Amino acid sequence: MFKFALGRLLQSIPVLLIVITITFFLVHSVPGGPFSADKAVPPEVIKALEAQYNLDQPVWQQYLSYLGDVVTGDLGPSFKYSGRTVNELIAAGLPATAELALYAMLIALSIGVSAGVLASIRPNTMQDYLPMTGAMIGICMPSFLLGPLLVLIFGIYLDWLPISGWGDIPGDKVLPSITLGTAYAAYIARLSRGGMLEVLSQDYIRTARAKGLSETMVIGKHALRGGLIPVVAFLGPAFAGLLGGSFVVETIFQIPGLGRFYVQAAFNRDYTLILGMTVFFSTLIILFNLLSDMLAIWLNPKLRHEIQGNH
Amino acid sequence: MLQKNSQFRLGSILTLSLIFALIGGCGDYENNVYQGNRDGILHVGNGTEPQSLDPHIATGVPEHHIISAVMEGLVAKDRKTLMPKPGVAESWTISDDLTVYTFKLRHNARWSNGDAHTAHDYAWSWWRALQPALGNQYAYMLFPIDNAQQYYEGDISDFDQVGVKALDDYTLQVTLGNPTPYFLQLLDHYSLYPVHQATIVKFGDADERGTRWTYEDNLVGNGPFQLSEWKINRSIAVQKNLYYWDVDNVRLNSIIFYPTDNVTTEERMFRAGQLHITSSIPADKIQTYQDANDLSLRIAPYLGTYFFRININTPHLSDKRVRRALGMAIDREKLTKNILKGGQIPAYAITPPGTVGYYADTDLTFDPSAARTLLAEAGYPDGANFPVTEILYNTNEAHRKVAVAIQQMWRENLNLDLELLNQEWKVYLQTESSGNYQISRAGWIGDYVDPNNFLDMFLCDGGNNRTGWCNPEYDNLILEVAPTMTSHEERLAIFAKAEKMLLDDMPILPIYTYTSNYLINSAVKNYDSNLMNHSVYKDIFLDPA
Repeated sequence: MFKFALGRLLQSIPVLLIVITITFFLVHSVPGGPFSADKAVPPEVIKALEAQYNLDQPVWQQYLSYLGDVVTGDLGPSFKYSGRTVNELIAAGLPATAELALYAMLIALSIGVSAGVLASIRPNTMQDYLPMTGAMIGICMPSFLLGPLLVLIFGIYLDWLPISGWGDIPGDKVLPSITLGTAYAAYIARLSRGGMLEVLSQDYIRTARAKGLSETMVIGKHALRGGLIPVVAFLGPAFAGLLGGSFVVETIFQIPGLGRFYVQAAFNRDYTLILGMTVFFSTLIILFNLLSDMLAIWLNPKLRHEIQGNH
Repeated sequence: MLQKNSQFRLGSILTLSLIFALIGGCGDYENNVYQGNRDGILHVGNGTEPQSLDPHIATGVPEHHIISAVMEGLVAKDRKTLMPKPGVAESWTISDDLTVYTFKLRHNARWSNGDAHTAHDYAWSWWRALQPALGNQYAYMLFPIDNAQQYYEGDISDFDQVGVKALDDYTLQVTLGNPTPYFLQLLDHYSLYPVHQATIVKFGDADERGTRWTYEDNLVGNGPFQLSEWKINRSIAVQKNLYYWDVDNVRLNSIIFYPTDNVTTEERMFRAGQLHITSSIPADKIQTYQDANDLSLRIAPYLGTYFFRININTPHLSDKRVRRALGMAIDREKLTKNILKGGQIPAYAITPPGTVGYYADTDLTFDPSAARTLLAEAGYPDGANFPVTEILYNTNEAHRKVAVAIQQMWRENLNLDLELLNQEWKVYLQTESSGNYQISRAGWIGDYVDPNNFLDMFLCDGGNNRTGWCNPEYDNLILEVAPTMTSHEERLAIFAKAEKMLLDDMPILPIYTYTSNYLINSAVKNYDSNLMNHSVYKDIFLDPA
């Protein structure tokens, strides 16, 4: 397992290098510079600013010096937020984004797994159709629709929950977490239903039932472990997706997370911030994929033996 | 088996308890407005996360709001009329030739750390503001001061030659290159605010950008409030500055500014009692508030003009008859009343009407028949053979609506079929400034209340001209003649003459004068609408009664 993880980590270095290289040259080739503004900026000012951020050097030189900085963990200064470093901005936005992703994931898992398992127990009955219809609606409902809808109902008409902020007022984390978690709950429901259906038709489940075990025991003890493997495989990319894709929810609910910085950075041509965020999210995606693969291996003895057999 | 069952149960319990923790505390909560009214805390929607609170680096409106709370200039403004009134300077005199201003500073003015605030602070601050390495985009606001521009551009290196002199600790003398009637107004622009020298040099060089001197715990200001907390992308809080010279008349204890990038979210926050004031309101919500007769909605004239630039280097647009025809075929009344619906005023000149009593001499009207005649004279009878022409605008729903409406008006009134081209903001800026466009939407918001601020945009080498239009006579009127006028009326007459030239050639098509539209809670008192949407925070208080 250790060798497997190490191998995967080593593979990620060229991946990251390619990501940085492509992003670097893409952002530098996009029209419009970081310091252009509606009111004309005097050439002296542009010159001073470019000198300060090394933009007066040839692009390849900027690229090499950026790579050098990234290796040491320094993602550079933000062009837009004067005096702030990219590391500082990521550190400021990460807690809210990570917490939001975690709650959304918990909501997604609780709702998704329950609905999926419930549906799989009696396939092609109302117990299957109802949660799966709900899942389909959840998948189709974009967060920019669900968010404002929840805000209107629970925040404004019923006045039960705060509609903005993060950790400022008790309960302000509920609506954003539900909004972000819903789409993933729907995916998880479908995945766990599929996984469970496959497992429930296996011989060892039949054996368990023949032994006279209760249905709860059969499902909870024997079927879940195998039935949830597709969900586990989905968790890594899903968590990375939750972290990187929370921009809409962060905007709707005024959450001080990373997503808002990421999108604004692109509009502002804040080169270092775009690059820093991309490097950061790429690393996260690689790590979460690795973790979910390792978890899937741990859950699936067949895969475990294959890995051990290879080494 | 028992162990695995316990793990399963433990997992469920953990999940459920986390969800309950998340939901915990729901139910009745005290919203910001209720709490703020009780504790004297104003909650303000402020548009976006400020890029900097350094007055010599900042450029945007959100930055302006915060800086104007924590800093103050020699002169302040009346919250209704925007007329200059004493700020740090308790009085001033102006020489007969209108070029030498002598300011008497208050002896009780202090920095927020208790340090004495003297005339030397201004000389140093303005020296800093004029350092090219600092990259101050508003350095030109200091150019009316004698030799300031020459110093900034490196023509002179001795700052003593610049017209700023501290005669003693409490007397500052400023000499201007020419009479500048709006100079007092400039003193209330943040680019001329004083900065605390000791703090700046503690965190870096005087002309170094992006040092940490403006962060919480570091920033020392001289305004009615001081920075107390800066949570990135979450909020910026300022609290009453106890060293402020007029602290007894500051009635708010604190102000919290929220970076509300999304206007729809901001409006919902207002409805949920999270904000006292919004920075804006979604355009499609204005009608709803108006229909409901909701007194929270404020619509006030704003010192800004929405217009189209025409690139006169485009062969078929180089004929002023074509440009005038286009200008006369826009029904601005219909546009503002039926499409924009935000109280905007149809504009027939670039300078907003009534700017310090100035009204442009314009003969521009909506006259489709005259427009058709002009177009025919230019060689395009009934729009025939008119080359393919694009209207460029930056991606934004409101700009798209205006462009589509005008495209339709030109189709109906001139039988012209123009195309629309939208580009992302920075791409649009580059396209427009490189002159690679034909017709482009634009807007200009005044930095000070004076026709000069609108008319000097179209000087031959003006960076904001971007139309290719150049008239040396116009330049002469704006740069040489107007500054030498000693009477207000004569000066306005010169501006009117210049603007007439501009409107006659029509390298721009004025469309409407902006309004500032926002929501305000009825508990907020002394928050008056003014032409620059300028908030005078020291006057504001909260009274929910």
